[in-house]
Amino acid sequence: MATAHSRSAARLMISPAVILLLGWMIIPLSMTIYFSFLRYNLLSPGNESWAGFDNYRYFLTDPAFFDAMGNTFILVLGVLLITVVGGILLGLLLDQPFFGQGIVRILVIAPFFVMPTVSALVWKNMFMNPVNGLFAYMATAVGLEPFDFLSHAPLASIILIVSWQWLPFATLILLTALQSLDQEQLEASEMDGAGPINRFIFIMLPHLGRAITVVILIQTIFLLSIFAEILVTTNGGPGTATTNLTYLVYVQSLLQFDVGGGSAGGIVAVILANIVAIFLMRMIGKNLDA
Amino acid sequence: MGRITLDKVTKRFGDVEVIPPLDLTIEEGEFVVFVGPSGCGKSTLLRLIAGLEDVTGGQIRIDGKDATETPPAKRGLAMVFQSYALYPHMSVRKNIAFPLKMAGMDQAEQKRRIDNAAKVLNLADYIDRRPGQLSGGQRQRVAIGRAIVREPAAFLFDEPLSNLDAALRVGMRLEISELHERLKTTMVYVTHDQVEAMTMADKIVVLRAGHIEQVGSPLELYRAPRNLFVASFIGSPKMNLISGSEAAKRSASTIGIRPEHISVSPTEGLWKGRVGVSEHLGSDTFFYVHDTGLADDITVRVSGEVELRAGDTVYLTPDAEKIHRFDQAGLRLK
Repeated sequence: MATAHSRSAARLMISPAVILLLGWMIIPLSMTIYFSFLRYNLLSPGNESWAGFDNYRYFLTDPAFFDAMGNTFILVLGVLLITVVGGILLGLLLDQPFFGQGIVRILVIAPFFVMPTVSALVWKNMFMNPVNGLFAYMATAVGLEPFDFLSHAPLASIILIVSWQWLPFATLILLTALQSLDQEQLEASEMDGAGPINRFIFIMLPHLGRAITVVILIQTIFLLSIFAEILVTTNGGPGTATTNLTYLVYVQSLLQFDVGGGSAGGIVAVILANIVAIFLMRMIGKNLDA
Repeated sequence: MGRITLDKVTKRFGDVEVIPPLDLTIEEGEFVVFVGPSGCGKSTLLRLIAGLEDVTGGQIRIDGKDATETPPAKRGLAMVFQSYALYPHMSVRKNIAFPLKMAGMDQAEQKRRIDNAAKVLNLADYIDRRPGQLSGGQRQRVAIGRAIVREPAAFLFDEPLSNLDAALRVGMRLEISELHERLKTTMVYVTHDQVEAMTMADKIVVLRAGHIEQVGSPLELYRAPRNLFVASFIGSPKMNLISGSEAAKRSASTIGIRPEHISVSPTEGLWKGRVGVSEHLGSDTFFYVHDTGLADDITVRVSGEVELRAGDTVYLTPDAEKIHRFDQAGLRLK
């Protein structure tokens, strides 16, 4: 890419891909913005009219919106907390040499390959079901009342399901980070008189900083848009107990047939996601600098 | 403080015996160098002393106390690693303070010791930088600084200079020797480089496959190598080893003569040969002499500049006093 000629040739050759990607993003986004300013209900097609900011006003003053915001953040933070802490612990465990290490590592990664709808259904019907579920069976076996997870602790249950799916990802990233830690550093700290806990706090944890940042950033992107797990387990209920922003947009546009309101919600979600991204990068982005 | 005794120390990894029972005493204040080819167990031996590996059998005593089961931090030894093993997320000051902080020392004493180390090693200019911003030699100094603040009974060095370039290595070699002069603390130093061993050591321990081949001062090893292995390992360039009739003439199985103990003449001498490659270092010249009928080639070292060209015929005369004789088993005859 040294000469002006080769640079312009390179630009020409990558332009189709760039234009395609740009169109892929810009067209749906601008259509959503356009719809969000329309009175557009699927029950009366063809009667679209300009609505101004009404859709936004209705969406932002909907009591369900605040519930959804709260649920979204609780869901994201809860899953992040469980996966990062659990991922570090599992990473430490899997980093030890033991018999059958290879197989165990594959098994630990496995949940990541199960699609969200399937894993949520498995959890709902085989584990958390108050009659047939494994947890209910275990509770009755020790003489306890079975606990109906999805109706009494719906959000916690969903956090559990989503954490189970994302734990392998966090474990994998953190395990590889742990393996890249220079053994001589650990030995040096051992010679310097650091016990196992001090070694973890002063040597391992700082070393893991960058990997933890990557886990948090990537997971946040995906966790803000959790949808399938809610749809197949609780349908956002009871009430709005497990409705997050994504699910609220779905309810608005496809259950209430209000495409305009749904689009407005979608735009609100995009703006919120960007605010979160900016804050995250401010807070922990510096860890990514070499 | 700082007398280390190894008593029948053994190390096995599975079925492989890396260190067969080994006895060694390191006297207080001594600079001991473990030297040997790679894989000879010298690093393992150092790690056994440090406590980073468990011994399979035998006893390690430090200042007369049994330290075989003592955890590394409690042995009062400090180690400098090959990769320096500095903590990358801490500043130089924090790196050096780390062992003191772990020992729970009070701030004033910590500061006194760090300032002292910084003065001794000239760290002041970069004491607040991170290791990533330092050059190899600077990192090396920080690693040594982290070791000296603990005021250990002995320092352990695991090939500390092997990551430095040649010029810096000579400089650091001198600095470590000077540090030893000043601190008078026992130092155990592992290297595969016999020049480092010869220049720094009070006592050299030559190891091969976990066995101690010979222990002695650099000049003892140079003058009277106990066997063929030590003879060819110590000294640069290597000793010429000659077997056959020439050795039989001196009633030995093999004889050895160092390149610097052979005199060269274009006209007369004991052995006749043809000059092959010559290496001119300015202060010395090395000749590789072929076709002597003794060995593949004989290395000769001559002081100063000597005008001999490839293909010239030369006569070599060994200094009869300096010929080493070895028997069938490779042991020295005297």
